[in-house]
This record gives sequence, C-alpha cells and structure tokens, in this order.
Amino acid sequence: MDVILPALTEGVDKATVTYWYYKVGEKVSEKDDLVELSTDKATFNLPAPASGTLSKIFISEGDVAQIGDALGTIE
Amino acid sequence: MELKLYDLGLVDYLPAYEFQKKILSDVKNGFLCSALVVCRHNPVITLGRRADKGNILVKGGIPIVETERGGDVTYHGPGQLIVYPIFNLAFLKKDIHWFLRFLEGIIIDFLSDFGISSERVSGKTGVWVKGKKIASIGISIRNWITFHGLSLNVLENDLVNFGSIRPCGMDIEMASMEGVSGRVLDINQFKQPLFSKFTQFANPDFPLSNLRG
Repeated sequence: MDVILPALTEGVDKATVTYWYYKVGEKVSEKDDLVELSTDKATFNLPAPASGTLSKIFISEGDVAQIGDALGTIE
Repeated sequence: MELKLYDLGLVDYLPAYEFQKKILSDVKNGFLCSALVVCRHNPVITLGRRADKGNILVKGGIPIVETERGGDVTYHGPGQLIVYPIFNLAFLKKDIHWFLRFLEGIIIDFLSDFGISSERVSGKTGVWVKGKKIASIGISIRNWITFHGLSLNVLENDLVNFGSIRPCGMDIEMASMEGVSGRVLDINQFKQPLFSKFTQFANPDFPLSNLRG
C-alpha cells in the first residue's frame, strides 16, 4: 500500500519530507507515526496507513513531495 | 472548545518541552480537550526541523536545542511570553495553514487591545510591526493535535540576544511591545489577557471565517 501525501489546505500543493521514523525493511504498525513533513512554519506527521514492512521510500528527507505523491510503500 | 490554562512561569526549555508532550498525550487520549501552556524561558536558541546551523552566528554562550517544530532558528529569553497551544484541531478546523493564520490573528487582536498596530506579511509567518517581527510562530502537529507555538517579544532589553542568530534564517529586525509602545512593561500582566483572547477565539461561536487570509 502506498503512503500518499493528502491535501493539506487550500492553495498549498507541496510539502517537504523532514523525517522518516522508520528505515526501509523495518516493520510498522497501522497508525504509528511514519513520516514527518514540513510546510511553512509547521511540521506534521502522517501515520502508517496499514501494518506491514516499509519496503520502499520514494521521497527522501529534504526532498519535496506534491499532493497525491506516493512517499513510500508498505507491504 | 474547553481550554485549560497551565502557567509554568520562568522555566528552562526542556522541562517545558517535556510538559508539552505530556499534555499532548493527554489531549490525544481524550483526558483533555485542549490546553494552553504559557511560560517564559531562560535564554535558549532552538532549531526547527529545517534549520540551517549556519544561522547561529555566535556559538558557545546560549544553550542550543534541536526540536521538531517547523521553521528555522530562533531565540527565546525571559523577555518573551511563550504560548504553546495544544489544540485538537478536530474541534476547530483541520487545516495547518489556517491554524498559523489563526495564531497570527489572535496576536494581532491582542496587540490592538494594547494600542499596537501589527500585521501579517504574506509568505512570512509571524506578526510584524512596521517591518519588524514582534511575534514568531513555529508549530508541530500530531494526529491533528498542535504543539510548540509562538513567542511574543514583550521586553526590549531581551532583543539584544537575537544578534546571536539570523532569526528564521532571514536578515530581519525584531520589535518588542516595550520598544513599540515606549513604555516600561510588567510582562506578567499580559498572561491573563492573552489567555482570554485565546479562549475567545477558540470558541465555536466566534466567527473564525474572519481570520482567513
């Protein structure tokens, strides 16, 4: 299952990935904090959408993601 | 929205941070609706998640703490009122940028009551008086619950320590309520009015639409 960056607010189409709480290959539980992003003067966390193994990270720390982008995959 | 006030007085940054995290947990677990933590900090330089350490110009004096809040580098000292709103945005509006504008709106209204005219500057989060920054904002959000928050410069003599950093990674000047008003102020007198302003704005009946923009 892909981890998708959801819509954040009107008029904002991107956010910067600032921290991955897990490394590729590690097991995650649904609703655990998975990835932190930053926009303007705010950081926010996305929880894991499912339990499983974080198999891929598509957007690394410091890189910018667009709304709707897959940030990583949980299998 | 029920709002509980905690006044920590003059406190080091890290104990206040641990306190915030405890309240954050209480709000997440439903023991509290929302809370406002008010305090003053002993001198400290904090780095946000996106901070460039090159923006610390003088090292070795003031303690430095790395945090997960948004924004770059800032300074906190006893001449500022620090407000950490630990709000469950499920009770207000689930919109990160709206919440930043909400905080700016509260400070602008609060300063207006004191006779200070301030404003937002597009693209530069914070509250400004004639091009100088009087309040800084940097927040984090977990499960739509906010923490970290804002600092309001009240006393003029504390501003000198901003010379140790490039605030927010920008070459900006800071302002204080004392400096702008030309009056000597008792910082503690502003805690209750600021809390009242937050209570007023966080009321579901308050026309929050006025804060957009």
